[in-house]
Amino acid sequence: MMSSAPPPPNLPADADGDMESLPLAPTASDYASVSSTFDPLLSSASLPTPIAAAPFPLSPSSFVDPPSYADVSASSSSFSPLSSAPSSSPRSARAAACEYALIAVSDPTPEAEPAATSLVPGSAPTYISYLVTSARRSGGAGGGGERRYAVRRRFRDFVTLADRLAESFRGHFVPPRPDKNTVESQVMQRDEFVAQRRAALERYLWRLAEHPAIGASDELRVFLQAEGKMPLPTSTDVASRMLDGAARLPRQLMGEEAVAAPQEVVQPAKGGRDLLRIFKELKQSVVSDWGGVKPPLVEEDKEFLDKKQKLQDWEQQLTSASQQAEALVKAQQDMGETMGALGLAFIKLTKFETEEAMYNSQRIRAADSKRIATAAVKASRACRDLNTQTVKYLDTLHEHLGIMLSVHTAFSDRASALLTVQTLMSDLASLQLRIEKLEAAASKIFGGDKTRHRKVEELRETIRATEDAKCCALREYERIKAAYAEKIVEGWETVAEETSGYARRSDNNLAW
Amino acid sequence: MGTGVQAYISYRVITKTNLPEFEGPEKIVIRRYSDFEWLHDRLSEKYKGIFIPSLPEKNAVEKFRFSKEFIELRRRALDLFVNRIAVHPELKQSEDFRIFLQADEEKMDRARSYETGIFKKPSDFLQMFKTKVSDVVLGKEKPVEESSPEYEKLKNYIFELENHLAEAQKQAFRLVKRHRELGQSLADFGKAIKLLGACEGDSLEKVFSEVGSKSEMLSVKLQKEADNLLFNFEEPLKDYVRAVQSIKLKADSDEATKRFEHIVAVMNEELARFQEQKTADIGLAFHEFAKGQAKLAKDIADAWRGVLPKLEACSS
Repeated sequence: MMSSAPPPPNLPADADGDMESLPLAPTASDYASVSSTFDPLLSSASLPTPIAAAPFPLSPSSFVDPPSYADVSASSSSFSPLSSAPSSSPRSARAAACEYALIAVSDPTPEAEPAATSLVPGSAPTYISYLVTSARRSGGAGGGGERRYAVRRRFRDFVTLADRLAESFRGHFVPPRPDKNTVESQVMQRDEFVAQRRAALERYLWRLAEHPAIGASDELRVFLQAEGKMPLPTSTDVASRMLDGAARLPRQLMGEEAVAAPQEVVQPAKGGRDLLRIFKELKQSVVSDWGGVKPPLVEEDKEFLDKKQKLQDWEQQLTSASQQAEALVKAQQDMGETMGALGLAFIKLTKFETEEAMYNSQRIRAADSKRIATAAVKASRACRDLNTQTVKYLDTLHEHLGIMLSVHTAFSDRASALLTVQTLMSDLASLQLRIEKLEAAASKIFGGDKTRHRKVEELRETIRATEDAKCCALREYERIKAAYAEKIVEGWETVAEETSGYARRSDNNLAW
Repeated sequence: MGTGVQAYISYRVITKTNLPEFEGPEKIVIRRYSDFEWLHDRLSEKYKGIFIPSLPEKNAVEKFRFSKEFIELRRRALDLFVNRIAVHPELKQSEDFRIFLQADEEKMDRARSYETGIFKKPSDFLQMFKTKVSDVVLGKEKPVEESSPEYEKLKNYIFELENHLAEAQKQAFRLVKRHRELGQSLADFGKAIKLLGACEGDSLEKVFSEVGSKSEMLSVKLQKEADNLLFNFEEPLKDYVRAVQSIKLKADSDEATKRFEHIVAVMNEELARFQEQKTADIGLAFHEFAKGQAKLAKDIADAWRGVLPKLEACSS
């Protein structure tokens, strides 16, 4: 999902009700403190909550406070410049179609690890839990109050959700979740870090909700609505899965293993439970040239490769544009600083000349330089505000880069799905061969050999099962590809919308 | 004119006058920097107490010396120098000034080397140097009561003024650099956005391409504004600093302490004149600065406003 935006505030009646019920007071002050410590690289934390109505000034009060910027920042909860107009942009359309009308992450509270015992009271390891509130969009009939849910979740739970979604939505562009631990988090103050994480988690949930498939998913619903402990199973570690697989291996080799259900077979063997298939798929991937395989899917492959190439180009350009954007922001910041320093120098000069004035011309000059100083300082502040805005919008570029990660994952999902298909197909081919051989042998022995006959039957069973499995795999493969096409279109549309934010710069410069 | 170490820049000095002392209504001569220096030194010697207009810096890094920017800056400073002398009630009557403005190159050469020739001998240099040093030492030992509080106040003012001005000039110079940097960044950014647009294709490509073009256009404007700032804002400030520095030297020199009564009287008059002139000069510099910045900001606003409707069309 592309960058998050809570739905545009065009639900006036609801908004008021929401404001009262959400714990705004503590979080609002968080933002004020975070946003005032201006750091372009971390400024993603300075986004206000979706419903925050009270405008707070971005810069500390001074004798020059450009009012227009404060307004812009307060209403910037929606990235869309058409926030008042009935937007038909893809973003707002998505938001309107979204399953959820409200998602908020708030109230970070430390809690003690339940299983921990400590000899020294008060030193139990703690984690932060967040209040996750949500409300489904009522589906039309009745329309009345939407059912509100509020559950407590910790970061670990978000990780689990992300893992479950990654498994269930292979091939989709699953939005990346916020990082676990960054270098910055070690360096930052705890409060700042928590505030930043809270905002990031909220954005993440919005992105999930707006995703047409994920938004409707059970995993998300359960995450948002089931009270108490996190209901989704945590991922079993690889080791235990491998052990499972190792236990089954001997039986598989002996041919006694019951034929696996098609759905299971369709999951890539890399899941770890089916070692035999892992080996087979490994062999297959080594043997077959991925690009040179010519099953009936060959034409689409070309189209896919084209799209893949395009996406790679796009990623490259995006990276370069993102870098240039950072350099631009830095240059703008420097400009603002120097302009401010210049203003300061002139202020000092003015003061000096006014105090030491011996001639009238000095006083005139002092008045002139004071004017220049004031203008310079104003310009410097405008530059700084401009920068804050620019950073927010250019941040979109960075987020898009984050999306590339999920694109890559989706690509590799697709690759392994295709691998499974191929493996199964070659399995099928070799099984077919064996049947023919056995039938040939059996026909030679009149009356039939019971064991061989049984073997032939078993083989036929296996073939049928493998055929089914192949169908499932193909279906899965097709499904993944369909998800792609849609995502690609969507992604580019969103980028266009985000860049409309660039035009905002013109408003900022009008302060002159 | 020549190559290698011998190369130098010549300047054409055009004088238009109706004064009888001059040889004609219009005169054009060719002068080089050392000629200006000669004039400056002569005037400084002959008109002690008067603030001689300052010259641009003598030395410059070799490779910078022939850059268009440097040459133009120097030319402007020399132009100012000559014109300030021409409007100064006393200086403009100087014989040396007339020679400077009118003598043909041969005569000018002779006049110049005559003066500098004497000092070219190393022993003379040493002598002169020694003399200066000893005088300064002597000067320091002189009883301080000799200078009046008024004089001291003057000195303090000059010293502090130089500090403040130097700081302002430093920031102005940095501002020029920032403009250039921002211009460069915008250009790079514009290119990158255009490439990104090419990836997107269709209508998006057009809009991105336009954003990129606007960025590049603004980058050019920024570079131009940087030049403008350099010539019309930073340079006048630097000129101001130079002037104050030369006054400072005067106030500090042993001559001043010797004849301070006379000096103070002249200085006061000079200072008044100086201040008025400076007010006008700096006022103009401020005006240019404000104008330049306003135009730049307007250009930026126009550029983005122009792109906005297309972007909005794209996103809807």
